[in-house]
Amino acid sequence: MSSEGNRLSPATPPPDIDLEAWRQKPLEQQALEASELDGIRIVHRRERFPVPGSRAEKRAERAVALCFVIAFLGALAFSVCYIVLPWQYGISSDGYPWFTPVLGVTMAISMFGFGFGAVLWAKLLIPEEEAVQERHGGRSDVADRETTAAVISDGLAMTGIARRSLLQKALGLSVLALGALAIIPLGGLIKKPKGELFRTGWKEGVRLMTGDRRLVRPGDLEAGGIATVFPATPDGLTTQVVADSVVLLIRLRPGQQVSARPGQEDFGWQDYLAYSKICTHAGCPASLYEQQTGRLLCPCHQSQFNLLEDAKPVFGPAARPLPKLAITVDDEGYFVAKQDFNEPIGPSFWERP
Amino acid sequence: MSDTRTADRPAGKRPATPLGRGADWADERLSASPAIRRNLGKVFPDNWSFMMGEIALYSFIILLLTGVYLSFFYDPSMTEVRYDGSYSLLRGVEMSRAYDSTLDLSFDVRGGLLMRQIHHWAALLFVAAMVAHMMRTFFTGAFRKPRELNWILGVGLLTMGIVEGFAGYSLPDDLLSGTGLRIAHAIMLSIPVVGTWVAYAVFGSEFPGTEIIPRLYIAHVLLIPGIILALIAAHVGLVVLQKHTQFPGPGRREDNVVGERVYPTYGAKAGGFFFLVFGVMAGLAGLFQINPVWLYGPYNPAQVSAGTQPDWYMGFLDGSIRLFPAWEIRFWNYTISPVLWPTVVLPGIMFTLLALYPFIEARMTKDRALHHLLQRPRDVPVRTSLGAMALTFYTVLLISGGNDIIANKFDISLNAMTWAGRTLLIVLPPIAYTATYLLCLGLQRHDREILEHGVETGIIKRLPSGEFIEVHQPLGPVDEHGHSALEYAGAPVPKRMNRITSPGRKVKGFLIPVAEQKQGRDSGLESDDDDMPAIEADGGARRLAGRPKDPEL
Repeated sequence: MSSEGNRLSPATPPPDIDLEAWRQKPLEQQALEASELDGIRIVHRRERFPVPGSRAEKRAERAVALCFVIAFLGALAFSVCYIVLPWQYGISSDGYPWFTPVLGVTMAISMFGFGFGAVLWAKLLIPEEEAVQERHGGRSDVADRETTAAVISDGLAMTGIARRSLLQKALGLSVLALGALAIIPLGGLIKKPKGELFRTGWKEGVRLMTGDRRLVRPGDLEAGGIATVFPATPDGLTTQVVADSVVLLIRLRPGQQVSARPGQEDFGWQDYLAYSKICTHAGCPASLYEQQTGRLLCPCHQSQFNLLEDAKPVFGPAARPLPKLAITVDDEGYFVAKQDFNEPIGPSFWERP
Repeated sequence: MSDTRTADRPAGKRPATPLGRGADWADERLSASPAIRRNLGKVFPDNWSFMMGEIALYSFIILLLTGVYLSFFYDPSMTEVRYDGSYSLLRGVEMSRAYDSTLDLSFDVRGGLLMRQIHHWAALLFVAAMVAHMMRTFFTGAFRKPRELNWILGVGLLTMGIVEGFAGYSLPDDLLSGTGLRIAHAIMLSIPVVGTWVAYAVFGSEFPGTEIIPRLYIAHVLLIPGIILALIAAHVGLVVLQKHTQFPGPGRREDNVVGERVYPTYGAKAGGFFFLVFGVMAGLAGLFQINPVWLYGPYNPAQVSAGTQPDWYMGFLDGSIRLFPAWEIRFWNYTISPVLWPTVVLPGIMFTLLALYPFIEARMTKDRALHHLLQRPRDVPVRTSLGAMALTFYTVLLISGGNDIIANKFDISLNAMTWAGRTLLIVLPPIAYTATYLLCLGLQRHDREILEHGVETGIIKRLPSGEFIEVHQPLGPVDEHGHSALEYAGAPVPKRMNRITSPGRKVKGFLIPVAEQKQGRDSGLESDDDDMPAIEADGGARRLAGRPKDPEL
């Protein structure tokens, strides 16, 4: 073994072992001594079956083999089912609903078979062993520490950075700038928030329409009814416009009294009111309306608004009433907005007055 | 390398087998023999609780495999299309291409639904296994010096796992996940001063825009998995470097690791375990529907489905945002949203405390020593109680994340559920702390009592004086009063008789005992006392005496 010159790390000494004597030993003893080269001692090793070929050993072997056979059959079944079974989905009778379950179960059977096979092999057949490995935690050896420190210090001394203050400053400057350079291009992501947060798709004269593009007029709603409406503009049903312009139109029941915030007394039209549907808490559409009490519940976080009290929050985490849309009826008898909301809709943000 | 010798092996030693020649070929180039010998012999201690981290690792591998598959079919585009696939209930509906391609890979790709469901189940279990692994690490003190760095890496992995999961389940752009994104948008908006800028940077425009799904996609398939992979490499690398911790026991000391070598035994077990985990995922995915996006429908900001919850690991945030009172701060022309406190500040505090805990504990206990032996939770009552308190707090938040479902199913007022959550969030943790503390002390006392007096045998003896006593089986040599002077060593103390003597042969048969066969005793199949901490007649004294004194109790 004169392979010194070929070792990648010549500092590692060759193992301290009498190779000629070691070669004469039985395999188990060889492995034992080999492990000890690395500080690993096998302190306990017990054959699971002291008598080789006993009925019990055969039985254990068969159990492991059975697992692998099951793995084989499972994988085979998976492949066959994948190829053969009708797989196209169909509602109720015109489709085959068992494709995914069959695939999943056959795959699981195959995986379980293989997994149990390997684990049982280790637990039933491989000799029981207890090995002890030394652990050298904590600080490195003092010689290693000091020699390493010397190498580092010498390298620094070679650069002369400690005494060249001009270079120190120049280097520091450039490192700072390079660091900034790594971050600056992310500026491409930054966009100045525009007035969009304060605007929606509503403006004066925009009609109200339902989700199927029908314009809304008085009489379309029963007393106590509600409707989700959108601006009747060409893009009124796009996700972008809906996200801030969706409005809940409510027709009060006879006799229901409504209070309004100052300056908003004429926002409704007769017994109709229109509120932004976007919750002022986290922006979900508040859409569960309880007709009897006039309460609107947001199913995301259970904020509750009393629509009879100007959509004031009465329970839950929302802090502000739902903004109210001023509506009226135009010459042709359709509902129109009188103006955009007079406050930002949806969740609070820093710049919100 | 100036050595030019080519024949560097003794004559006649050229390996005879193809395998040997291959190994020789590799070793000439890599000089890997010593490293291979050393690493194959690496010793792993065996304990069921050490498998949580393995489950997390295997789940991640499954996520990578199935995720690559899904990426062949998924299209992260917010272009509006009209659905025309197999799922007839949605045919003709306008939806984003992202949702459309999710439906296609579920219904129009052979086996695609199985892959999607394996992916989703594996994601749920990935985070769950990390949490379980973290609890094991916490309650046994495995995070102590020198493993604080690995604890921090672990907290990083958990955080990244949650972010990765959120990004992933947002990709289908269905009604549920879209609503989740809208809430995420509100959370960004709530950040003081820069909130709107953050929201515009992430979404590229006003909500929802057309950028968010492609951005989440690249984060989900490249950026975050890359970070997670790097963290896993560092995390596992540190375990290899520092070696595994172990519970105290016979022959186990601070300066060794007792267990099985990775090759062949532990490797076979761990390798097999990967397939068992995969099997569980496959079975779940085949039999239990998960995240049926086709039932939710495409995202529409005007719609929301009641009684839907996010994936479980987001549940605690959902709970905290539901419970937090409507405290909005307004001054001059600025607003601080009530959303800020439960979704930014609270999780910020929670995860910071979590990451810093090893250092907090070291400062409090002034413990600067290295620890490789684990502690039983009962032996560190303060830490265990703090953990129970934190878990209680978390659990109240998690349950409150589904308080509408509970209110519905049990016919409780929704408002009562909210108020109960608010109250219990404050009241329960101190109760949990106190109860856990007392429980720990009780368990400690019981351990000492058994070490001193022995195990209760259940045999009642009447003394000549007429007094009845229960006979105790001492665990070691006794003095004239029948007391043992055994010291508690941080290892489990046997508390029942069948833990200290062989319970005899296992009776075969599930319901009806099967007649014993002659061969019985020597077979590994039938003797089940292998993994019991039995004190056998011959080795008992040695094992007990071999127990190390616990370093710092």
